[in-house]
Amino acid sequence: MWTWFFQLASPPHFYRMAGSLVPWLLWPALLLILIGSWGGLVLAPADYQQGEGYRIIYVHVPSSYLSMMVYVTMAVAAGIGLIWRIKLAHAVAASCAPVGATFTAAALITGMLWGKPMWGTYWQWEPRLTSELILLFLYFGYMSLRSAFNDLNQSDRASAVLALAGVVNVPIIHFSVVWWAGLHQGPSISKIDAPSIAFEMLWPLLVMILGFTLFFLGVLAMRVRGEVLEREFHARWAQDVLRGANRVEAAG
Amino acid sequence: MNLGLGQLFWVVLQRDLMVAMRRWSDICNPVVFFVLVVSLFPLALSPRAEFLRALAPGVLWIAALLAALLSLNQLFRADIEDGTMEQMLTLPYPLGLVILAKTLAHWLVTGLPVVAVAPMLAITYHLPADAIGVLLLSLLIGTPTLSLLGSIGAALTAGLRQSGVLLALMVGPLMLPVLMLGARATDIALGGDDPTGPLYLLGALLALALSLAPPAAAVAIRISAD
Amino acid sequence: MSEFLAMGGYAKYVWPAFGITAIVLVINLLAARRQLRQTRERLQLRLVRQSGRKVNI
Repeated sequence: MWTWFFQLASPPHFYRMAGSLVPWLLWPALLLILIGSWGGLVLAPADYQQGEGYRIIYVHVPSSYLSMMVYVTMAVAAGIGLIWRIKLAHAVAASCAPVGATFTAAALITGMLWGKPMWGTYWQWEPRLTSELILLFLYFGYMSLRSAFNDLNQSDRASAVLALAGVVNVPIIHFSVVWWAGLHQGPSISKIDAPSIAFEMLWPLLVMILGFTLFFLGVLAMRVRGEVLEREFHARWAQDVLRGANRVEAAG
Repeated sequence: MNLGLGQLFWVVLQRDLMVAMRRWSDICNPVVFFVLVVSLFPLALSPRAEFLRALAPGVLWIAALLAALLSLNQLFRADIEDGTMEQMLTLPYPLGLVILAKTLAHWLVTGLPVVAVAPMLAITYHLPADAIGVLLLSLLIGTPTLSLLGSIGAALTAGLRQSGVLLALMVGPLMLPVLMLGARATDIALGGDDPTGPLYLLGALLALALSLAPPAAAVAIRISAD
Repeated sequence: MSEFLAMGGYAKYVWPAFGITAIVLVINLLAARRQLRQTRERLQLRLVRQSGRKVNI
């Protein structure tokens, strides 16, 4: 178990493995997203209250789930990198931010598009959209701090501190936003527990969430490869990879 | 030199206060900025009494937050530039304690004056007396939290040449819960209801920030000093 | 088919939401690819400068 872990954590091994893993993550992701979209748009029945408009949840919920999951992943990776000084973990954290930010933006926009028919207005200062907006600010702060440093090592560690400070704040922000908005509207995913959501409506959502997660992992693997290469530039293996980029690519 | 932890705290605090006393502009600027921002709203919107009264909690809290953000830049800068921080890093004491003392000194010279003039400005917004009391209390509990959160950001950007907007972008979102709770507490008092709930929550945030922010800022300052 | 596309009158909202999400997915994919390629090119250039030796790309 441990040898396997150390092998995985060794940058050259990770670089190679991540490269061969990418298609195994992205193709199933595409398949699942297509199946989920088909299920959500065609097979699932219309909601008795929201009509066909509710189908936006099949893209809104996975996006907003990813936006938060990616932030937590980023903070955990940053913490590991900071404490154990693992460059690979910093590479993961660095790769998470832009992906998370775009999905936060997607969650905001789809949330607004859902809001228009439901509330009669694109924007409502309700807990979910507001938290999502603040999360977007957190991502922006993280990314601008990261780009402010010239030294990659310093940038990694400084942004890790910010990511950790942010992740401690995320629940505080969430609860104060819920309290501030005065009305508690639980996140849609909790509808899973409620018997009200029919299985025909639920399964496409779960398939979409799984597909989005695989997609994130695939994109992450691609980005981490670049980040690892950059951090390991002085290592022999990285220079070998760079010298024979084509050959290594062809080999997988 | 053998100092107890408490003594160390006092030495750093006194030193920082003395340094600040020599530079009056550092003390005055945030307060003047605070007063300026608060005065903008009646001029830009409307001087009607009920309108201003409804606006007061939010405006005063936003201005306090902006003043805090503006002053943070100076928190560690001088110490990094003149090499004091380098010596502090080598002290055989927990760096978090030094940071806590410095942050407290910084709040005393930049945050406390803002809190002190807030009631006066609240009067110009026609806020009733009991709401002013709650505003004062919420600022008194809330602005130290802002300074503590800011100390993390200031420590992270201490080594950078340009950090003003970056600092605001980084710590601004972290400060939002304090802003929401503080402004809402005042708002609730204005509506004649009991604001103890949000005030307790503000206190909880202060306790959390007191325990977590100084060690985080200590880690950050070590990174910046590299 | 057109009934499906009409989405019970919600077409204005449902399709843009799916479209924007699709765009975000594609952008992520392209951006990741571009980032990997650019990093590699930049590092290769650095390596060339460093060693002063021709690299077969």
